[in-house]
Amino acid sequence: MSRILKYRELLLVGIIVVLVAIFSSRAPGFASPESLANIFNDTSILMILALGQMAVILTKSIDLSVAANLSFTGMAIAMMNAAYPQLPLPLLIVMAMGIGALLGAINGLMVWKIGIPSIVATLGTLTIYRGMAFVLSGGAWVNQTQMTATFLNTPRIVVLGLPLLGWAAILVIALIAIAFTRTVFGRALYAAGGNPTAALYAGIDVGRTRFFAFVLSGTLAGLCGYLWVSRYAVAYVDIAAGFELDTVAACVIGGISTLGGIGSVGGAVLGALFLGVIKNALPVINVSPFWQMAISGFVIIVAVLFNARQEKRKGRLILRDAAKSRPPLAEVPVEGAAA
Amino acid sequence: MSTLTLEKQPPRRIPDKLSTPAGRILGSWEALLAAVAIAIFIANSFASPHFLDPWNLSDATYNFTEKAMIAFAMTLLIISGEIDLSVAAIIALASTAMGAAVQAGFQTPALVGIGLGVGLLCGAFNGFLVARIGLPSIVVTIGTMSLFRGIAQIALGDQAYGGYPANFAWFGQGYMADFSWWPTLPGFDVVTFEMVAFVMLALVFGVLLHWTAFGRRIYAIGNNAFAAQFSGIPVQRTKFMLFLLTGLMSGFAAVCLTSRLGSTRHTIAAGWELEVVTMAVLGGVSILGGSGTIPGVVLAAIVMGLVTFGLGLLNVPGIVMSIFIGLLLILVIALPIVIRRFRSKAII
Repeated sequence: MSRILKYRELLLVGIIVVLVAIFSSRAPGFASPESLANIFNDTSILMILALGQMAVILTKSIDLSVAANLSFTGMAIAMMNAAYPQLPLPLLIVMAMGIGALLGAINGLMVWKIGIPSIVATLGTLTIYRGMAFVLSGGAWVNQTQMTATFLNTPRIVVLGLPLLGWAAILVIALIAIAFTRTVFGRALYAAGGNPTAALYAGIDVGRTRFFAFVLSGTLAGLCGYLWVSRYAVAYVDIAAGFELDTVAACVIGGISTLGGIGSVGGAVLGALFLGVIKNALPVINVSPFWQMAISGFVIIVAVLFNARQEKRKGRLILRDAAKSRPPLAEVPVEGAAA
Repeated sequence: MSTLTLEKQPPRRIPDKLSTPAGRILGSWEALLAAVAIAIFIANSFASPHFLDPWNLSDATYNFTEKAMIAFAMTLLIISGEIDLSVAAIIALASTAMGAAVQAGFQTPALVGIGLGVGLLCGAFNGFLVARIGLPSIVVTIGTMSLFRGIAQIALGDQAYGGYPANFAWFGQGYMADFSWWPTLPGFDVVTFEMVAFVMLALVFGVLLHWTAFGRRIYAIGNNAFAAQFSGIPVQRTKFMLFLLTGLMSGFAAVCLTSRLGSTRHTIAAGWELEVVTMAVLGGVSILGGSGTIPGVVLAAIVMGLVTFGLGLLNVPGIVMSIFIGLLLILVIALPIVIRRFRSKAII
């Protein structure tokens, strides 16, 4: 299994390298270190969000409210900064993560305690959180002039050739990689999605694991709320509209199975980088940015096709009857399971 | 109480004693919805003096007719255990295709054909990926949602298509009184084409789901796809046809919406997938598949139309309305689950 996963990551690295090579042949300088650092920096927010989304997807759920969460927290933090410029930045960042965690916890509680399917719960909170951002701001924008310089410029400070925004992404990736592969929580995430029944018998509370996955996703969305607002130096209701799909796309491209339990941190990061390279390359090779949406849609479908082929090899059921007595899930294709 | 024990519960509670038909109707989800609709109607008529104007009410139906057309097909799809999140993107693509056809000089009949055809093609693409290849419908339609609207975006950029023929406007703006055979009774003059289409489609889908073998198969697939397969039901073919149907209805909604707006931008019908799913779920369709009725969805469409229209009369902005829609969606799904848990605890 790990061989296949490594294969997927190597494949993605290969594709990204080939893409960069093709683009740099069309536009010299695209592959220069500054340009690559710039692409990495530009993709930081997507990478962080994709890791939160990955935690949720690993537990057989989905969080469609991440972008709305980002919009609400971004707006709240920007307004806080505009109203009380004396508040120190670390406090604001902690507040952003706290608000994000709270919104994530609301999703998680609905999935855990009430048993609402995650797609419906987060589809609902997607509109609610963005609506709340409107109610909070009254539809007004928070502009560059209203925010303090520290608030706006800190993620732009360049250290060793990479802005702090990029370093923040690297830090989050490192922490998440440790959390997913070296802690009880990480193992519970994989177990809860890979086989919920077995996880229950192994003493893992599947519902609580899902709850914490949503809290993690919300916390990272809150952090990205600050990063987004400071990066684009403006906060309004519609920031990051539709960005939740990009996070799902990054995960799917990175080989994280939407049926849960399969995927690696490296995959999610590379999936996000893949989208980031395409997004940054389009203007360089004179393709209208309007192509980006269709391309990511196309890539999602291709990636899902790829994942489905890999998941078929997972079939290691010892007893035929065990396959038949499994609860019928809507996601499981009938032929595949009956075969 | 973990989610595992929830999943293992039988899909339906079998009562010890069958209730009377009248009692069943009164205790049903549909009766509750009808009561809510009447309550909102009365509340609205008190809240605004303009609510009861027949022309206002006629205009109010546009809030739900187009979405409800898609919701009928979506109901069948959700009952079968699948979902289509790309419906709004199909509208965008179909509308863009019609806009491009206008620029090429096509006339109204061809435009309608193109709108429906693009809808069918998109539905066939979704159906192929889900039913034929066996991919999970949620992820596939998230992908096609971005693909279809992305193609519309490539074609349109930040421009808009307009200049639709004058007689094309009839689908979204026309009144049935334009026909000489339409009765000239009082109150009939405000009936629009879309209202009639809504009623006819409700009847067609109601008969299809509740009175045909095809409809029965949909329930069978949604309740237990394995058992359905072993009972000789062509599970994948039925699902494919349901995706086709959803695509076709999205195409039809695209014709009506484009005709009503008279122009096409790539953001047309943005976010409708959410409202369509909400409509179906509010109508009592189980998101896990296997149960739901068309009358329920009809009532849910009317309730949602009345809520948005009433809030609109009270000058509530659209994005705040969407908070209500989101809350409504979560509440109607949470309530039955919570009530069922209380009941099963009471029995034990």
